[in-house]
Amino acid sequence: MSKEYTSVSKISGPLVLVENIENVKYGEVVEVKLSNGEIRQGQVLEAQEGAALVQMFASTQDLSLKGMRIKFLGHVLEINLSPSILGRTFDGLGRPRDGGPEIIPQKRMDINGSPINPYSRAYPSEFIQTGISAIDGMNTIVRGQKIPIFSGAGLPHATLAAQIERQARLLNEEEKFAVVFGAMGLTFEEANFFIENFRSTGALERTVLFINLANDPVIERIATPRFALTAAEYLAFDLDMHVLVILSDMTNYAEALREVSAARKEVPGRRGYPGYLYTDLATLYERAGRIKGKKGSITLIPILTMPEDDRTHPIPDLTGYITEGQIFLSRELYRRGIYPPIDVLQSLSRLMRGGIGEGRTRKDHGDLSNQLYAAYSRGLEAKELAVVLGEAALTEEDVLFLEFSEEFEDKFIRQGEYENRSIFETLDLGWKLLKKLPRASLKRIRPEYLDEFWGKEDAS
Amino acid sequence: MEGKIVRVAGPLVVAKGLPNVKMFEMVRVGKLQLFGEVIGLDNDLVYIQVYEETQGIGPGEPVYALGEPLSVELGPGLIGQIYDGIQRPLNKLAEVGGDFLSRGLAFPALDRGKKWDFESRVKVGEYVEGGDILGVVQETSALEHRILVPPNLRGKILEIKSGTYTVEDVIGILEDEYGNSHELKLMHKWPVRYQRPVKEKLPPQIPLITGQRVLDTFFPLVKGGTACVPGPFGSGKTIIQHQLAKWADAEVVVYIGCGERGNEMTEVLIEFPELKDPRTGKPLMERTILIANTSNMPVAAREASVFTGITIGEYFRDMGYHVALMADSTSRWAEAMREISGRLGEMPGEEGYPAYLASRVAGFYERAGLVKCLGKEEKIGSVSIIGAVSPPGGDLSDPVVQATLRVTKVFWGLDARLAFSRHFPAVDWLVSYSLYLEPVSNYWKERVAEDYYSLRQEAMSILQREAELQDIVRLVGMEALSPQDRLVLETARSIREDFLHQNALHEVDTYTSPYKQYLMLKNIMNFYKVALTLIEEGYPLDEILKMPEREKIARMKFVPEDRIKELEDLLEEVRKRLEGIKEGLREYV
Repeated sequence: MSKEYTSVSKISGPLVLVENIENVKYGEVVEVKLSNGEIRQGQVLEAQEGAALVQMFASTQDLSLKGMRIKFLGHVLEINLSPSILGRTFDGLGRPRDGGPEIIPQKRMDINGSPINPYSRAYPSEFIQTGISAIDGMNTIVRGQKIPIFSGAGLPHATLAAQIERQARLLNEEEKFAVVFGAMGLTFEEANFFIENFRSTGALERTVLFINLANDPVIERIATPRFALTAAEYLAFDLDMHVLVILSDMTNYAEALREVSAARKEVPGRRGYPGYLYTDLATLYERAGRIKGKKGSITLIPILTMPEDDRTHPIPDLTGYITEGQIFLSRELYRRGIYPPIDVLQSLSRLMRGGIGEGRTRKDHGDLSNQLYAAYSRGLEAKELAVVLGEAALTEEDVLFLEFSEEFEDKFIRQGEYENRSIFETLDLGWKLLKKLPRASLKRIRPEYLDEFWGKEDAS
Repeated sequence: MEGKIVRVAGPLVVAKGLPNVKMFEMVRVGKLQLFGEVIGLDNDLVYIQVYEETQGIGPGEPVYALGEPLSVELGPGLIGQIYDGIQRPLNKLAEVGGDFLSRGLAFPALDRGKKWDFESRVKVGEYVEGGDILGVVQETSALEHRILVPPNLRGKILEIKSGTYTVEDVIGILEDEYGNSHELKLMHKWPVRYQRPVKEKLPPQIPLITGQRVLDTFFPLVKGGTACVPGPFGSGKTIIQHQLAKWADAEVVVYIGCGERGNEMTEVLIEFPELKDPRTGKPLMERTILIANTSNMPVAAREASVFTGITIGEYFRDMGYHVALMADSTSRWAEAMREISGRLGEMPGEEGYPAYLASRVAGFYERAGLVKCLGKEEKIGSVSIIGAVSPPGGDLSDPVVQATLRVTKVFWGLDARLAFSRHFPAVDWLVSYSLYLEPVSNYWKERVAEDYYSLRQEAMSILQREAELQDIVRLVGMEALSPQDRLVLETARSIREDFLHQNALHEVDTYTSPYKQYLMLKNIMNFYKVALTLIEEGYPLDEILKMPEREKIARMKFVPEDRIKELEDLLEEVRKRLEGIKEGLREYV
């Protein structure tokens, strides 16, 4: 297998065509040795009889048709795994970046993984308390969920992700946990912010970092999240750990994918992204979850910056179709100085209902959050009307809803970067705000809960 | 026949050396023996879409042609199963291959070891034709599996026996008109890309009751009809599909998870065995078949999954059953076609989709319908298709939505803004439509109430009027409206909040019988009419709105079906209360 070839016939963008070869496999790893001895990695993108189209992970600068030696390694991209990966930092292709030794593998895994058999999945339903009211109360996250942060340039998604990482815990237990962080095209400062945060909480020795910075090779980013997720699968399903995976920034990932697709002259889908972007993203996101009979879990929080804050852009759009909800950051709230600037109406957690209620959070949680949604949205409608016509144009009831929505943003959504509210504090706060509204308008809550939590007296 | 791979590019493999292979024939590819299907022939080159991940496969490896097209196994044992896109049982794959899907595993779709009690219904010497019932197997407590003469066979029964058999045991012998004898078994195979034949298609007439108020009352579907549910992500497509799978009054439900989330299939697997069919009282899983080809599973099998699903649906229809089929989501199916088409280098149509997108979509939906089944005995069966569509950004000009709308008769448009305020089902009442209103209204008249349809029309016009009035309010404010108009707004709010909004998670609210739907709407409209007469006599609107009966109207959805009389009484209560006020008013004046 380790025969070397020199027969390169074409180089175009990140793609290299090698001819007169034998026994090439689709997806196989390729090592290209330059005439100065430097080695770069690539992967077979198309295997033909006697030829292979290779996608380079590093830049193709300095590559030439003559003088290169190409070796096909006979296996697909793999990662070396052992418990000692915890606390280590790797580059986007899984090579140590912290000056430490290579990992002596106890297990090698294909970074592309295999799909979890839907029959083998366990339904995620363990409530994770993040201490953030807008998440816990309104868009509850459970262990094994995949839920992205939809952000925009300049919004505090990193601060929020760090706060989640810092505060997230189950209601009443401490278990083995680990954090896997995959950075794709982040600036040094952004990546450093995360690392410092892990260090300050003491999580660093339970963290595995895969770092591809903004000036690292672009195509490498296609592999980075796969390395991160494979490490996470190992920690979760081989070592029984609860793993939180943070991937940032998915927009950079998708752009790398577009670059390869363009170089291959594929028929582009929307905005030049390849038609298989959905499938490709799904093979990443769907690796989160729980498996029947296994203790560990993978909870995935990808971060993506929406170009022009547009949620219909292909990257957030296709992501939203795959993930189990989204946490949506609003520039408007941010401008008004509200942290975390979570737009709860546009946010969603699809697995919320399995994680809340009697025995998990509290029995009133579902109805309460439904009512808060309805009331907040009605308040915002009233506000819109008031902007045009003045408050005088509103009915008495609408004024109450308008006031509610303002208080909701100010007291419920707003909280400190280091403020950690228990779920019960969050729920009680919600009831306190609803007190200001007439009981008859609270139609989303069943009467027995109103009696118990809101009070029997009629406000009207 | 053995050929050789010459090229591998993702799910597309090109092979040589298979001169007699046919289009859409099944093949096994490479040393791992991955499943694939022939999708193109060009001189000596054979283009194959592979249903499994092709990593590690290379040129020179063998390809075997199997001599038959992609087919499904039809027989007892289908119910309650979860299959992948090419009908491999996922529970078996998990037993053997582990929690992650491994490649090249082949399993028969129907359990070969399981024995079924077969009771024959024909006699030796009897002449039978395709579609006739040979006998029955009680597959689950909810479903009698009728064993049919395969559609393409006819002749005389030479032998038939009752007893306990596996699906492969011979239960009888049939002699066709040429004197050839054929073995009859509990199962037979059918190629998925061929529609199963019927005697005659009928215009659909009977509503498919779903227990979802906005659907049944406002935009009803019929047995054998087709519906399209487009919406952006988070607008509740999957919840609607799940609700239909739970509560639709079909005898068999086929749920195709096509390129969607793995956990959604898990949810069905966990939830359905616990839930009971409101009509039969049996666990819902006893009438359900799942096809799961999630988004991260190979894309070519996703393309096949809808055909696998519809063929199974047609099989149960042929027994004279009403089948409801949900496909979530057809956009992912179309994307699978796009991906394969792109790799074949075909000239793309709109948005990169292949030019044959619309005809494939139409071909799929045309397999729905109310039919007279094959066979001497008269049997009526149906397949209804409810297809979710996931257009980019919720944009309805998307080619998949457009192709679907051209062939479906019911449109349930989901609206993101309704979903943001957690108004579910987020069906936008102003854009949605049903072309089956006429047949359904006749059914209502006979079975539910004389004035059901006219109530629906009145409620609909209140909602339309609300939209117009809101435009006015936005310009000049609430004061500009007359009390009558404000009453319209309040009534519309009541229709939206007390009728259209339905909580899928509430044990009572999740399903509403047609009669209760009627009573709920009747109460809302009754209040409106009585209030209107009061306003016309000068009684202040604010006082009317404070009446305690309004809270009762708001709570109607939580009244269980066995206390439905409360809703009948409420009509009278409101009438009396308002008459009392009128009395007082007259005395006062």
